[in-house]
Amino acid sequence: MSFRALAVEILRKDLRIEVRSREGINTLLFFSVLLVFLFRFAVGSTEIQIRQAAPGLLWLAFILTGLWGMTRIFQVERENDCLELLRLAPGDLGGLYLGKVLIGCCLMWAAELAILAMFGLFFHLDMLPVIGSLIPILVLGTVGFVAIGTLFAAITAHLKAREVLLPLLLFPLMVPILLAAGRLTHLALSGESLMAEAHWLRLLIGFDVVFLVLGYLTFPFVMED
Amino acid sequence: MGHDGTGGVSLRVRGLSKAFRGAWALRGVDLDLGPGETLVLFGPNGSGKTTLLKILATLLRPTRGTGTLGGADLLQEREHVRRRVGLVSHGSYLYDDLTPRENLAFAAALHGDRTSGQAVTAAMERLGLVGVADERVRTLSSGMKRRVTLARLLVHPVDLWLLDEPYTNLDQEATKVFEGILQEHQASGGLVVMATHNFLDGFKQATRIGILARGRLMVDEPRASLTFPAFQELYTLRAEGGER
Repeated sequence: MSFRALAVEILRKDLRIEVRSREGINTLLFFSVLLVFLFRFAVGSTEIQIRQAAPGLLWLAFILTGLWGMTRIFQVERENDCLELLRLAPGDLGGLYLGKVLIGCCLMWAAELAILAMFGLFFHLDMLPVIGSLIPILVLGTVGFVAIGTLFAAITAHLKAREVLLPLLLFPLMVPILLAAGRLTHLALSGESLMAEAHWLRLLIGFDVVFLVLGYLTFPFVMED
Repeated sequence: MGHDGTGGVSLRVRGLSKAFRGAWALRGVDLDLGPGETLVLFGPNGSGKTTLLKILATLLRPTRGTGTLGGADLLQEREHVRRRVGLVSHGSYLYDDLTPRENLAFAAALHGDRTSGQAVTAAMERLGLVGVADERVRTLSSGMKRRVTLARLLVHPVDLWLLDEPYTNLDQEATKVFEGILQEHQASGGLVVMATHNFLDGFKQATRIGILARGRLMVDEPRASLTFPAFQELYTLRAEGGER
């Protein structure tokens, strides 16, 4: 089976399970709303304070929510030893990685849209005029986060301390994403062009490419005993 | 060539050993299995039956030893081996929020069989699953889940069936159906390696009897050379008694 066909099968299967159980998306949405609610009390109420803190808080909310999603991404495969079924599939296991990255991105994008809406509501920010600028940042930042998160989630999937180990491994590598996406989000929320600081965009693209390729190439080895 | 597309494939294993953190679970197992043969492995808990099956399925790498299935190396040509192996293990390998039909179609798709709609329906009919075909697996009884697991063997053609306690949770009717399927697989030249604690049913289905104890294959005999009481005596002596 080609890696593309395997990726599509995994995505289709996981989406079907998600639509039926709604466990993942419901908890992600609830968690993200709760985070934004707490952030509202942590930040001052003047417009300047909110404008300064908003980009960092947004990405902190995305990453904390995404981290929770990453700890669950292989849970469905751990139940009933389904991971062994996938390992028995002849073909390129890189497709399994790609399928998991796709489902991870879909869940995160859904949560991110909810967070943006909540942010607008709680912080009195009008997100609609800037959504066009925010979308490329959300796409690039999320792909990078999920690309590396999926790989580490697979590495820690069989460990008892996975909930502790995953953030320990993941957070240091998230620094470039936080820096680049935070800065670009600040530009977007200020109504400036992202091309004004295009080097941050290039950093995000480079991060995505490097970690997608790294994940794709190393994932089959991670899956072996 | 039978319904599963098998025929003429042999399994050959030499000196297969596996250690987990220095403790040997399997020691120097040799096996030769020809077309149509069914090796049933008996042995107490912890004797290495599941470890052997997982190595043959390429899920575990042996610490020592080699093996081939139809000429494909268990270590170097894992993808070729995986195309030829079907595994029924302790875990059901079923997604609780998918239906039996969806689980079977997904398993077939993993093996590149996208035109499996008919094969899935036929497998479900054979195992008596048509009535629950579109129910979520989480709502099924343990016995019905086991039937779905066994139906997976029928949805894509493979040469070697590796069965770990396949009789678990099966009622009499399902046992009869399963044994019929097993015999068809044998007749079409397919290979079976089965591990079970079910002495009577296992003995009945075997063409070869294997007894594993402490990781060693203590007995590997044609079933025709043994009566059931002689087998029971041999098991007591070799599995529960001393070394060979």
